[in-house]
Amino acid sequence: MSILVDENSRVVVQGITGREGTFHTQQMLAYGTKVVAGVTPGKGGRKVEGVPVMNSVAEAVDKEGANVSCIFVPAPFAPDAVMEAAAAGIQVIVCITEGIPVLDMVKVAAFLKEKDSVLIGPNCPGIISPGKTKVGIMPGHIHRPGSMAVISRSGTLTYEVVDQLTKAGLGQSTCIGIGGDPIIGSSFVDHLRRFKEDPETKGVVLIGEIGGTAEEEAAEYIVQEFDKPVLAFIAGRTAPPGRRMGHAGAIISRGQGKAEDKIRALQQAGITVVADLAELGKTASQVMAK
Amino acid sequence: MKLHEYQAKELFAKAGIAVPKGRLITSAGELNTALQDIPGPPWVVKAQVHAGGRGKGGGVKLVHSREEAAEAVEHLLTNRLVTPQTTAEGVAVHQVLIEEGVDIDKEFYLGMTVDRAVARPTMIFSPSGGMEIEEVAQQSPELIFKEPVSPATGWMPYQSRNLIYRLSPLPSPETIKELATTMKKLVDLFMQNDCSLLEINPLVITKQGAVMALDAKMSIDDNALYQHKDLAALDDSREKDPLEVMAEKANLNYIRLNGNIGAMVNGAGLAMATMDVIKLAGAEPANFLDVGGGASEEMITKGFEIILKDERVKAILINIFGGILRCDVLARGVLAAAKKTEIPVPLIVRLEGTNVEEGRKILEDSDLDFLVAKDMAEAAQLVAREAKRSVLS
Repeated sequence: MSILVDENSRVVVQGITGREGTFHTQQMLAYGTKVVAGVTPGKGGRKVEGVPVMNSVAEAVDKEGANVSCIFVPAPFAPDAVMEAAAAGIQVIVCITEGIPVLDMVKVAAFLKEKDSVLIGPNCPGIISPGKTKVGIMPGHIHRPGSMAVISRSGTLTYEVVDQLTKAGLGQSTCIGIGGDPIIGSSFVDHLRRFKEDPETKGVVLIGEIGGTAEEEAAEYIVQEFDKPVLAFIAGRTAPPGRRMGHAGAIISRGQGKAEDKIRALQQAGITVVADLAELGKTASQVMAK
Repeated sequence: MKLHEYQAKELFAKAGIAVPKGRLITSAGELNTALQDIPGPPWVVKAQVHAGGRGKGGGVKLVHSREEAAEAVEHLLTNRLVTPQTTAEGVAVHQVLIEEGVDIDKEFYLGMTVDRAVARPTMIFSPSGGMEIEEVAQQSPELIFKEPVSPATGWMPYQSRNLIYRLSPLPSPETIKELATTMKKLVDLFMQNDCSLLEINPLVITKQGAVMALDAKMSIDDNALYQHKDLAALDDSREKDPLEVMAEKANLNYIRLNGNIGAMVNGAGLAMATMDVIKLAGAEPANFLDVGGGASEEMITKGFEIILKDERVKAILINIFGGILRCDVLARGVLAAAKKTEIPVPLIVRLEGTNVEEGRKILEDSDLDFLVAKDMAEAAQLVAREAKRSVLS
């Protein structure tokens, strides 16, 4: 098993006619993802990589039974695209787009509260259930099917971790990049709850970074309810306070969001925190062998 | 993007939030004319810099005569200002705000930011004005009052009341009304300008009973600047490191740090993790540079040039995990940069991911002198060792 997406996922790509949208549609198809439709308003009727383009997500749901969306729409239009997908009844919405204004995401988050959709991102690499489907921009070939779950706030750092897991002989059930923005659709805790119920997932790697308190909340949840082994890495131990480190959400402000605080909270929850990223694969093997 | 106090106060005044009468000057010669328009003495002379902790660094002075004012202005404009938030070298002061002195009866803290935990803009109000709000939060959290703003309804009058009626003793009915209006105006200002931070510390009640913003801090969400060209024009690049300004123009995420290892990485998380491993290997990063997921050859070249412009850099580490950014594109970008400028320091390259073989081959077939690292641990060890060597030689 896996969570949220699998071989039955029927993906609609929003913004399919753009450069990124087209390139990654091709990449997802090559991985075996069922991309059943694309949406670019006003460009319905065309085909991109053999995938029919439609004018709305509702049409993609109606005609092709789309149930997962992958969004490559530019930041000014992405909030609207997310809400369109949720309104059309899409279950899992993956928003790759980077640079959405925070106050726009405030509206999106409020809108989604009244819907059943799960939003992953924005500003994320997406989600992959290796061997089944890939919805996002991660390089598929570094993944292997297996029983490790990965939840991460980062993109390339996740690839680094997955690559080490694969090389250590640890395949993955589902890997999720939850996004690097201050306001994101779903958190570490949201996905830990799902991995708890997934019998195939035997262990979890959490990849956090400075900013916010999502890691502390994850630690609290794990102590109370999560009984599978968890391994964590926190990026930004050497980041200077008050500076935004690339990700909009990666900032230590007003003394909050420091890496040390997150590491302490996780360690107090009995979670193995890897200090040296280069050692992650090896440590994961040790933790999982116990 | 941070605004200066005087810029924020101009926006406050337009929005109907009272601020002291003031004038901005950029040279001592402008002082006399400015003072004619401002009631006083006393006056307050305030250095306009982005760095926080101004007051503690001597950047804010209360003066009681024209002579004292002239002295203060002269001193600020000709000396670098060192605050707890700047480096030991401090920052240059280009502009000074002169304001009327105000008779303060009571001081409050009033601020707004987005609370990520509830995904809502949130107002923060505290009777402990004039102090660092972080200190208040630590020492007396019961004196910090919060109200989130609903995106559906906006700010409602009861929310102002929730905040104000917790004060003890209560201000006069007129002042309560004025405080409530100020709160509403602050919310509007925050929402209309896509702020990431708005802060009035202190917000005061004057002896005459008026509510007034004595200080103003305002930051705009960089991602929203495309819809606020007027605000974007207020950016003061003199407040930033010149290399950071160069990077900004090239669409690169670059932050200058204090060490001597130049680093070029793709992805913010991996870039942070790379800084961390460099430190674990006993060295100090000279910068954070995330060339992004979809960097072009030109962006790589530019990034490399920026790293080389930093004269403290004694060794360079390129750490790329190719995803969207292909390793061959990276390799071509580095070679293009090497053609333009000589690379006088050791270069360590660690490539992995999409098109890695092609990328490695491009570098190996060139006449570029570099060391290959097989993984991050080796990369960090190598770059730390090479930096030490080039410092010694």
